Amino acid sequence: MDFSTFLIQLLNALQYGLLLFLVASGLTLVFGIMGIINLAHGSFYMMGAYMAFSLTSLTGNLLIAVVLGVALSALIGFLLEWGLFSRLYKRDHLDQVLLTYGLILMFEETRSLIVGDDVHGVPIPELLSASIQLSETLSYPVYRLFMSAVCIALAIGMYWLIRRTRLGMMIRAGSSNREMVQALGINIDLIYRLVFALGVTLAAFAGMLAAPVSSVYPGMGNQVLIICFVVVVIGGVGSVWGALVAALLIGLADTFGKVIIPDYAGLTVYILMAAVLLWRPEGIFRRI
Amino acid sequence: MDQGFNRRQFLLSTAGVAAGLALPASPLFAQSNRKIRIGLMLPYTGTYASLGNAITNGFKLAVEESGGKLGGMDIEYFTVDDESDPAKAPENANKLVKRDKVDVLIGTVHSGVALAMARVARETNTLLIVPNAGADEITGPLCAPNIFRTSFSSWQPSYAMGNVMAERKHKTVVTLSWKYAFGEQSVAGFKEAFEKAGGKVVKEMYLPFPNVEFQPYLTEIAALKPDAVFVFFSGGGAVKFVKDYATAGLRTSIPLYGPGFLTDGTLEAQGEAAEGLLTTLHYADNLDFPKSKSFKAAYFKAFKVQPDVFAVQGYDAAQLFGAGLAGVKGDVGKRAELIKAMESATIDSPRGAFTLSKAHNPVQDIYLRKVEGKENKLVSVAAKALADPARGCRM
Repeated sequence: MDFSTFLIQLLNALQYGLLLFLVASGLTLVFGIMGIINLAHGSFYMMGAYMAFSLTSLTGNLLIAVVLGVALSALIGFLLEWGLFSRLYKRDHLDQVLLTYGLILMFEETRSLIVGDDVHGVPIPELLSASIQLSETLSYPVYRLFMSAVCIALAIGMYWLIRRTRLGMMIRAGSSNREMVQALGINIDLIYRLVFALGVTLAAFAGMLAAPVSSVYPGMGNQVLIICFVVVVIGGVGSVWGALVAALLIGLADTFGKVIIPDYAGLTVYILMAAVLLWRPEGIFRRI
Repeated sequence: MDQGFNRRQFLLSTAGVAAGLALPASPLFAQSNRKIRIGLMLPYTGTYASLGNAITNGFKLAVEESGGKLGGMDIEYFTVDDESDPAKAPENANKLVKRDKVDVLIGTVHSGVALAMARVARETNTLLIVPNAGADEITGPLCAPNIFRTSFSSWQPSYAMGNVMAERKHKTVVTLSWKYAFGEQSVAGFKEAFEKAGGKVVKEMYLPFPNVEFQPYLTEIAALKPDAVFVFFSGGGAVKFVKDYATAGLRTSIPLYGPGFLTDGTLEAQGEAAEGLLTTLHYADNLDFPKSKSFKAAYFKAFKVQPDVFAVQGYDAAQLFGAGLAGVKGDVGKRAELIKAMESATIDSPRGAFTLSKAHNPVQDIYLRKVEGKENKLVSVAAKALADPARGCRM
């Protein structure tokens, strides 16, 4: 591998890692702060991608589709927490697994009924459809760079929200002692609802952002679900920074694994996970 | 625990009663006016649901065209959704064979599931017609007198492509595919023909199924600068790969080829990125045979969508079984004669007439097709009457 190819692969790794972070951050928030194991997280990702497809076909503009989709996803997250998840906080993890697995089936079936089982593409917006020539044969699509920029902006935004705002303070407090926060006169139910809606929206937004490059197809959510859990486990449950570092590490391991040891490419990520767990059983970062 | 146990007991006993009531009735019918029992084991949910539906539609269209009968016999369908899950395959196949006592099993799309079905068919000596799955083993080491296929073997379209690419003066090729049986067999078939014709596969790359993060491989391809690239992908992966390949700017410098699944049922989603791609398959959207045209018209009239290669394979499965039934005048008890009639049949398929090889795989023309305006248009015949080598088949 010459140096320029190495740099391009590094770019690939960063770009993949950042997108992983975006999908997994919602999972780690919901898991860490609310203690909910949400297997349906991948379904929210799929829901977002399908929203991008349907709404883009309706409105003809990805940006409008994303704005509408984000609002819709937040609403769906809000309703799901109110109707289903709020009943689960005191219950066993197994009950949560059962409910969220049921949700996966329902989301898949709903998708099949509304949009069908075909594969669909979402066009890249005109403004971002150009490519940058990197080497003699290879060019890099601007949209992928744009995706990375959006992911970085969101990472900073989340850091600011959790560390620097009053709401973030309440969220952090609520995750360590729910009753005490309630006793201080804070409506913890509402905060949980907001956090869950945020988690759903982040996953759906990741789906919308990725739709133009990944295309839209049945079962796409289940593909990202496992890798998301790996991100959360490596990064440390509930830690947004941990998720960022873990996602970037996975991006590097996956990309260079595919190039350097192609026969074992499927293993590299899990070897990384095993190594991190041996070194730090609680993940790289602990809590928020 | 206790409650679950009781409920299970209850279910078992009621099932027993139900079965007891049902059983005495069936021998009465079996005597004279027996219907032929057809077991459709296909994916009706999940990624391959649309393929399962197309195969079913094609099968039923062939039955409709012969007056709702096959070989002059009334038929009855038993349907199981195989969910493309190999783990559930033996149980599902046994359900049709043992519970529903089907005369023939039709299925399926997923190769892993089809391999399990072939094992069940061998053990229970049930007639099996595979209307899609390409695993070479089905008409290779697992071949049997009672196992037939109306689709293709993984080897066939790829082998034809090896010759096409050598004729197009490509010397060095990089291959990329998912690391699973079908992908590896496709690459092996391609490599066999391409290297025999003097070409060289400079690198074989595989990624874990169903991973679709192609960027590192595209970078690798750009660095290796081969004359051409051969890939096997299908469904969502095929859409993403073709688009990624185009946006990476590789399409103009390094031509892309593959078996037809790269551009079948995916063109709407691939859009402009697929335009001009060359692929090989045993079907093309604009074949000129009278049967192709009448089939397309009848299928569109019945189901309001254009047929694809999967519908053709389902249609031919019904034709093949119908030819067998006609040969024994509907008496499925005459197994040896039935199989003989199926083996010697010439199937008037929308893909062009074909016969079966000794291992019961179609001996068929493989077409070179080019994507033009959302259709896979015929360019030429890439391989005339190509027969699978049926390695490992002792029959």
